[in-house]
Formats: sequence, structure tokens, C-alpha cells
Amino acid sequence: MKISVNVNGCTRESDVEARTLLVNYLRDELGLTGTKIGCDTSQCGACTVHMDGKALKSCTCLAVQADGCDVTTIEGLAQNGDLHPMQQSFWDNHGLQCGFCTPGMIMATTALLTDNPNPDEDEIRHGLEGNLCRCTGYHNIVKAVAAVAQAGGD
Amino acid sequence: MAVVGKAVKRKEDPRLITGEARYLEDINLPGMTHIAILRSPHAHANIVSINTEAAAAVPGVVGVYTGQDFMDVNPLPCPWPAGGPDHPNNINTPRALEVEKVTHIGAGVAVVVAEDRATAQDAVELIDVEWDVLPAVTDAEEATFDGAPQLHENAPNNVCMEWDCGDQESADAALTSSDVVVRQRLRNQRLIPNPMETRGCIAQHEPVNGEYTIWMTSQAPHVHRLLFTAFIFEVPENKVRVISPQIGGGFGAKIFMYPEYVLTTALSKTVGRPVKWVETRSENYIATTHGRDHVTDVEVGANRDGSITALKVKTYANLGGILSTVAPGIPTTLYGRMLSGAYRFPNIYCHVTGVYTNTGMVDAYRGAGRPEATYVVERAVDLVASELGMDPVDVRRKNFVPGDAFPFEPSNNLLNGLSYDSGDYDKALDMALDMTGYEDFRAEQAAARAEGRYLGIGFSTYIEICGIAPSAWMFGEGWGAGLWESANVRMHITGDVVVTTGSQSHGQGHETSVAQLVADELGVSMDQVHVQHSDTLGTPFGYGTYGSRSTAVGGVAVWRSLQRIKEKAKAIAAHEFEAAVEDVEYVVNEEGVGSVQVKGSPDQSKVVGEFMGIATSAAGGWSLPGDMEPFLDETSYYDPPDCTYPFGTHICIVEVDAETGGVDIKRYIAVDDVGKVINPMIVDGQVHGGIAQGVAQALWEGAQYDENGQLVSGSLMDYAIPRADLLPSFELGRTETPTPNNPLGVKGAGETGTIAATPAVVNAVVDALSHLDVRHIDMPLTPSRVWETIKSHSNGGNS
Amino acid sequence: MWPAEFDYARPSSVAEALQLLADNEDAKLLAGGHSLLPAMKLRLNEAPLLIDISRIEGLGSISNNGSLTIGALCTHADIAASADVQASCNALATATGMVGDQQVRNWGTLGGNVAHADPASDPPTVLVAFNANINIEGASGSRSVAASDFFMDLFTVDLEPGEIITSIEIPAHAHDGSAYVKMPHPASRYAVVGICVVLQRDGGRCSGAHVAVGGATVRAMRSPGAEAALRGSALDDAALDAAAAALKEDIANDLIGDMSFPEAYRQEMAGVYLKRAVRAAGG
Repeated sequence: MKISVNVNGCTRESDVEARTLLVNYLRDELGLTGTKIGCDTSQCGACTVHMDGKALKSCTCLAVQADGCDVTTIEGLAQNGDLHPMQQSFWDNHGLQCGFCTPGMIMATTALLTDNPNPDEDEIRHGLEGNLCRCTGYHNIVKAVAAVAQAGGD
Repeated sequence: MAVVGKAVKRKEDPRLITGEARYLEDINLPGMTHIAILRSPHAHANIVSINTEAAAAVPGVVGVYTGQDFMDVNPLPCPWPAGGPDHPNNINTPRALEVEKVTHIGAGVAVVVAEDRATAQDAVELIDVEWDVLPAVTDAEEATFDGAPQLHENAPNNVCMEWDCGDQESADAALTSSDVVVRQRLRNQRLIPNPMETRGCIAQHEPVNGEYTIWMTSQAPHVHRLLFTAFIFEVPENKVRVISPQIGGGFGAKIFMYPEYVLTTALSKTVGRPVKWVETRSENYIATTHGRDHVTDVEVGANRDGSITALKVKTYANLGGILSTVAPGIPTTLYGRMLSGAYRFPNIYCHVTGVYTNTGMVDAYRGAGRPEATYVVERAVDLVASELGMDPVDVRRKNFVPGDAFPFEPSNNLLNGLSYDSGDYDKALDMALDMTGYEDFRAEQAAARAEGRYLGIGFSTYIEICGIAPSAWMFGEGWGAGLWESANVRMHITGDVVVTTGSQSHGQGHETSVAQLVADELGVSMDQVHVQHSDTLGTPFGYGTYGSRSTAVGGVAVWRSLQRIKEKAKAIAAHEFEAAVEDVEYVVNEEGVGSVQVKGSPDQSKVVGEFMGIATSAAGGWSLPGDMEPFLDETSYYDPPDCTYPFGTHICIVEVDAETGGVDIKRYIAVDDVGKVINPMIVDGQVHGGIAQGVAQALWEGAQYDENGQLVSGSLMDYAIPRADLLPSFELGRTETPTPNNPLGVKGAGETGTIAATPAVVNAVVDALSHLDVRHIDMPLTPSRVWETIKSHSNGGNS
Repeated sequence: MWPAEFDYARPSSVAEALQLLADNEDAKLLAGGHSLLPAMKLRLNEAPLLIDISRIEGLGSISNNGSLTIGALCTHADIAASADVQASCNALATATGMVGDQQVRNWGTLGGNVAHADPASDPPTVLVAFNANINIEGASGSRSVAASDFFMDLFTVDLEPGEIITSIEIPAHAHDGSAYVKMPHPASRYAVVGICVVLQRDGGRCSGAHVAVGGATVRAMRSPGAEAALRGSALDDAALDAAAAALKEDIANDLIGDMSFPEAYRQEMAGVYLKRAVRAAGG
């Protein structure tokens, strides 16, 4: 099936099998391997991207469903070589260890702050419920998100 | 400016936060094929026949294979039989694909190689296996009973091995003469490691020279190469190159050799094209190793003053249906030898029976044996406190190894010749009590109880054994290789420093902490230091990253190479300045710039790590003394004299919902002493993550099998690894007691949280319900289990 | 993980979708896909054709003309954030705000959720409590089914193969407070037990109560016993105890459980959460 998806600001035309998941399309077809696959039951959130401005688990969406949509991946977050404040904050606050959940975490938390620019700790923790991290115990991820919120987001 | 001891931001992060890092699944090779493995749906069955015709006929399928096709490949080795080379172990290990029989669900029996992953998955569903299904047993103790299903011919009553340590006679005698003896059965349930990245392997074979290149999710690439070459394929070591790309967490599960790695590698030769296997999360639950799974009967004796007289432990350790790489070593050496905890128990005995059951393979999971031991010890101490009506803090202090007793050798030769290096257990406990406000808490607890609210506090004054090494000692324990580490340090002509190490970083930040060490020691900037690891081509042999050993063993190898570099730099400078070597010193100034200079003669000085500095002199080789070889390039191999013994106090405060049994963690306080700290930010991060995993064992995680050996908790929908909103922010403190066992004074920090946290949480919940006369609840402390306990003790509460 | 192969169609109207359903036996509808796709990836479910109805106009809005009509394609996030829903059916805003996680709520739809009928999902319990109607279009016209009849059993609903859910209608129901409370499963976040209570007050007394339970039971269901116990009471502890006892009795034959949360525990918790729901609803 022919689809046209605007990925990170660039229109991509592709011919995909109907059963291709959006995450496989991004990774295998477009080579955007920053988006990760951590599970097969839509639990872990490592595959989180933004579609039409909203966070989405790209393992739970067909590529054909993204036809005509705007998709942003972790590769599209930094602008002109400047890290997104959330990327910078994860770095500054040691919000990552092995890094595997990190792209999904960053995509989910940027969306979280769009919906709620001034979350308290409970709201941040609740807002992370769609993303699993096995390394950090979430302590520094929460700190990283709070720091961005405190600085006035992006 | 010194950087050791500072919270330096990690050098590895830019590639990780931008999505540029390449993990295994991100790697694709030209002409690559993909595989899907047909796995046993039965926990215990004979394979009668396998029909692969329909699968082979699917367009896009390159080939379909069964175990018969790999009979020339050796079974996987088990290089750590428990108890030493002469100790009887009934070993059974997996093959690339099982041929006659399966002993756990998930065992591979056939494989499809296809042009793409979807086709492989389509075709594998068409393979038809005729099974002769056998009765299953999943509980380790039950598996030893007469009449239980028998898994392996060489293991009567499913016993893999018996092992013991300590002194049974003295323990029995002391129990008999103690004022009180407390007995308790403790279940340390099976856990599923769940690194966020599953396992995977890509193998490429070059027929012209017979060489394999294998990219794999490995915490120990050199060990994997050793196992591939010496044991499995029986080819020279230079014929296999193992590369660990960016690794998404391991927690032990990525140490081991697995059938899929062997299968993928063998297939790359068979099909003559690169082969890629990436584990799905569903497969991860049934094909990757699990951890823990002990049933333990503990007997602890004490006198009225709180002094513990004896600890006697009998454990059934579930090893799964077939042995993983070091399975027998975990519940023996790494468990039994740690049962003295932070205490002077005068009499100790531990007996372990390692048992086969129809469950997934069991091996090291973060902490590996030491969390199980700590759970036994810290629960036992609380049981004594409860029996004697004493404050658990007082019982701990009463039995602590005192600060002036180090080096301390536990009783009954428990540590088989090793001894605790250094410690000040009271200091860490005092700090944690201060941070907690213990007296205030007890008042708050009493007030809450009056309102029907159940608050509880739990302690874990743990120790651990880290920096797992001395090769000779480990050889005596049965480990069939060494456990030293290595490092090469080179200074390039530009003054940049390249460190190659046999360790493997999969989230621990070695590229940063090693660079900090190098920067301070040589007087170069962090940006000038490049740490390379994880490729057997280009790094010296090392045993890998686990057991909190990479800094305490690998870091010391780096340090040793740095000393040699400095000595050589001084010799070169002496030659250039026409001075005696003894008159030249290596100085790092306040700006962190390292130079060699003639003592008392500041103008006779030369920076080492800059272009045209000493490094350039060495690399240029224009003017070197005598027969000195050019280049600053030094390799060290370091085998420590003993392990290291971090310690600390973890305190957990919980509130138990009396109506639902739900447990809410109100506060978590951790004071850890991991010796000298190179990067406090990284150490804190390790502690955070470890606590989360330890808390999760206490409250949520647990593999569940049904009576047929089906894994009921086989997905993230059922198996609860913690989410952010289940945990509080942690309150950390630190004392710093260097180890005398290595020149850096470092002990190791990778597992403290996991080792310490679990009993702290359980002790807290039991404390919360102590007024109901609750003494123990088995993990995980699910709401239903806690609620049942409250219900069955509710009369006690009203009395 | 790849689903088995299927064809894909994206109709632009309900009529077109109905025709595709009529022409393709075993075809399945795809809206948000958040229940269907995970099952297809695990190959627990398959279909020769997926009919993607997500872009059909007119099924994605919320309107309030006395009764509240929620288009089947409204996402959980849309509903949770809707001022109309919060005003007239606050428990539904709460429940849709508890489904899955933010990513799932952004794309999962209410129509898909009710069609899937997971007994542990949150919205069905509220829909049953509020006497919602499920509006359905089929080849032979449209029909409307009361939620309490629509949810028949585990993953089983009153929906024929050729039919499409177009909207969910919540009739005007004057009430003085509603609440949905749940005990989430620590792994899946689905409800171990979920309770919705809708209260009418007359001074200090409860003049009417709707009570529905999910998670603990094979389907979302009302508890006539609990409602009767609350009605006319002062919502004091004794009334709540009686209501909890009646609720446990009402669901005794419809319980579900697992190794972590056995039936008996869920039954007890239904009583506990009923009391919490009443208090949360202002009782």
C-alpha cells in the first residue's frame, strides 16, 4: 500500500505491506532506529513517537494508519543541532543508564509537559505510567522532567 | 581540577538521548536473513517427530532446520559446577535446538530462516511437532520427592547437586543450648530480569577463512568468545570475533551462553548469509534466564540479650529444566558464603540442594545469590527481635561485626579463606536512623495505630560481596576459568588517551568513570580520554561486567596501566632533561594538567598529554633513552587478593491499607558504603535502580507457573515490573570506608540496592502488622496476600 | 512481532464500511487498534481484512442535547478532557482518564473499547451505571442496546458481525454526584475491581443510587442489592456495610480471578471499593 507520511518535517512516500507496524516502518523502511521495541503488548513505551502532536506507541499502530499524518521521532527532536530541553535535562540529571527506554521516555515526557506544563511529582510519576525503565528506578527521570517544567518547558 | 569524586555528566549520553546509539536490533547487514524459532509449548515432553514441509514451502523461506541438523555442534557448557572440580554435579545443558526431549516451555526445537522476519514468523507457525507430553513438576522441593516426574536420567530425584558450607555440628549444638530458637520457612520467589532490551544475535561467517563475526547482547563478550571457541565449535579463538553493540541493560541475564546464540552462529555457516535473531518480549519470558527461586528453612538461635548464637539454613534452589551457564554457582558460593551478613554469628551452617524442575533456566539476576542470602539473614534477625520483644535496631547492633574487627573472617570458615575487608556498620546505621528520625517514627506509628492505620518500618543492615574475583579462590569454588580483569592504556601522538578494557558497559557509565580516573591520574581532560570496550577484536581479554566488579577489578587494571605510563613518561622526561629518573616527578596541577618535571626546577617541565608533549616524544620515538620502546602503551592484568565488602543500612517506611492489604511506600532511606566513589551521580543512579528492583521483588514481581509448567506470568501484562507511580523518590546517604584490598579503595556499587532493599520492605510490612502478631508473609506481598494475613490475624489485633 | 497478513481498507462513510463488512466474511473493524493490534501481533487474533473506520467523518464528536452522545471514534483522552462529560457524567471522565496510559488514551477509542469488552476495562462499568445505550448501525438499519444488555460475557457483546457501533449515548440522569474508583492491576493497569456509583440525594438521604461493578466480574454489571441498600439511607456506615454485603452477594456467581488476585479477594474488594466510591461521589 502506498502511504505518505511527514516524518520529522520531511514527506516520505513508501509502499508498505498492510501489516507493517508504524515502528517497523520507521525503523526498517526509513532507518530511524532511535525508536525502540521493548515489548509486544503495548506496555513498555520504548516505541513512543508523536503523531499529529500526540504521544503514540508506534508498535500499536499500522504504518497505513499514519498515512497523511505528521510523525515526530527522537531523531526529529533536536533542532539545528541543539538538544531539546528534555534531552538536555535527561543528560544533566542522569535520567538514563542503558538508554534503551530513553527515546520513548523523552517523547512521552515532552508530550506530558505539553498537556500539563507544571506537573507536581505525583503527576509526573503518573504521567510516566506508559513507559517502563528497568535501570533508574525513575528517580532521576522524574527529576529531569521536573527540571524542564520548572525552567518553563520548551 | 580533580574530577574523581565529582558528579561528571556521562560521556555516553549524547548518542543515547538523540537515538543515534546502535543497539543490536538497529544493525542490519547486506544479504541478511532472519530467523524465528519454534519453541516447546509443553514444560515436559518427548519430541516424537517434526514435520517442516509446509514451513519450507512458504515463499521467502531460506531453510527450516531441527536439532538433528546441529548434532556436530557441542551442547552448551556449564563451566561452574558447584563446589569445585571434584564435587559431584549432575550436569545437563541445552543444545542449539533440543533433539529428543524438552524440560521447560520455550525450549527451541526447530527454526525457520527467511528473507524477512515476518515471513519467518509466518512459516514457523506451520511446523508440526508430534509431542509425547509428560507430567511436569515446578516446585524444587516437590521435585525431589519420590514419585515426582524425572527430568534427566543422570539426576535421580531431579537433584543436580548437594552443597554445604559452615559447620553443621556446631550449629546444631548451639541451637540446642540457645535461649530461643526461631524457625521459619522463607520463599524467595522466582524473578524475571526483564532488561528493556531483549536478547539478540547477528552472525556472519566468512567461508574463505572460516571466521565468524558475532554481534550479540553480551555483558561478557570475551567469555562468550571463549565458550564459542573452546567448548561449542572447537575452533581457535581468532576465528570468532564477538561484538557487544550498545546494550540495553542486562541485570545478569546477558552474561550467559544461550542456545539461540549458538543456533544463529551455526546457521550463518549453514545458509552462507548473515543471520539475525532478535528475541521478542514474549520469548524473553520463557527463553531468557530467571533469578532467585529458593525455598529455605531457617533456624536461628539467640540468647535473651539479643546475641545470635547460630544460623542454620537449608535451601532448595530451583535451577530450572536445564542448566544455564553458571547456574550451580549462584545458590552455593554466592549465597551460602554470605550468610553471616554484617554479623558475628558464632555458628553457621548452610545446606543447598540444587534441583531440576520443569521451569525456565535460572541463573544470576542482579545480586545473584547475595540478595537471597541477605533476605534470609535480615529476616532472621527480625524474627529474633520479634521473638525476644527487642527493637530490631538493637538486635542488629548487638550482633554487628565491630569496627575494630576488620579484616573479619566469618565463623566456621564460611568464606573459605576470604575475609571482610573494612567496615563501620554502626556509622551507616546511625546516619540512616538520623535521616529517618527513628524515635519520631515510632511515636507516629503508635498514634496511627490508635486510628486504625498501619505504619511500619523495616531495616536491612546488609553487606555484600562485590568485585567478585580472586581467580584461585573462584577456581576452588568450581568456576572453571579466571576472574581477573585487564586494561590497555595508550597515549597517542596528539596526547589523547585510549583505554581499552575487557569490561562491558551496558548502562553503568564506564566510559565516564574510567575517563575520570584517567583524567585525574594522567592530568588530561575528560574529552581527551576515549574508553573502548565490548569488541573482542581490539580489547584485551576480560571476564565481563557483573558482580559489581568492573571498577573494583577492571578499574584497578586501568590504574595499574596508568602507573606504568607515568613511570615511562618520567623516564622519557629524565632523558630529555638529562636528569636522573629519581629526580623527575609526575605532577598534576590544580588545573588538572599533568606534566613531568625535574624536582625543584619548574622550568624543566613538559606537559604529558598535549601535542609535542611527552606523549608525542614517546610516540615519535625521536629521542628515547637507551633501549626504551617507543609509545606510551601499557597493558595490565589485575587479579585482586580478595573480594570487596560494601555495606550499609536501608530503611523503608510503609503504610498498609488495612481494608485492601495494599502497601504504600511512604519513604525509602538508603545509606550505602561502597568504598571510594569515583562518580557519585553514577553510584546514586545504580542505587536507585537497584532499590527499585529490590522493592519490586518484595511487593510485585514473581513468576507464576501452573501445575503443567505453563508460565502464567508470561508478559508485562501479568508480570509487574515497577512503574514510576508505584515508587517514591529515594533518600540517599553515604559513608565512605575505603577497601584496603585495592589501590583505588573502591568496593562496587552495582547491586547494593537489589541486595539490600527486599528485606527492608518485607520487614517494614511485617512491622506494620506486628501488633496483629504477624511474624512473616511470603513475597511478593501482594494486596491479596497481605489482606489474607490481616484477616487471619485480626483476633490477635483485637486482643 | 508481525501480525499475520491481511488486506486493508479505509472507507470514508459508515455505509461504505457496512458494505465492506457485508462483502468480507471475518473482516474486522479497526478504529484506534489498541485492543486489536496487540492481539494480532501475538497471533491470538487474525482477519483477512481490516476495515479502518478511524477516518469516517462524524463519529468523533461529543454532543450534549439533554442526553450526552459520544461518537464511537472519540478517544479516551478526548472524553476525559471534555467539559460536557465532566459536567454531566464525571465518572466517565474519570474512568476514561484511567484507561491504559497517556499514549493509549490518545488513540484508543470508546467504540473500540466497548466492542472489545474486556471485563477489566474501566469505561464499561460507568456506561452500565449510567444506563448508557450503545448505538449500532447494520445492514438492516440502526438499533440501540442498553449497556447492561450489550455486555454479555467475557469479551462477548451484543454486536452482529455486520454491525458497527456509531455512538454511545448517556441519557440525561439528574444526580448529585458520581464516581468511578478502581484497584489497578500493578502490571496491566486494568481494574482488579472497578466500581461506579451514581447518587441522587434528597436532603441528608440518598433518594436513588446506581451501582455498577467491573474488573471482578465477567462483565460490567449493576448491583440491584447494593442500590436498594443505599436508597433511602443516610449513606451512613451501616448502610454502606449493607450495600457492600449486597454487592458481594450479587456478584457471587460472576466472579473472575487469577493467581495474584483470586475471586474471593476481588469479591471482598468490590465491597471495599463500593464504600470508597460512595464517599468519592459525595455520599
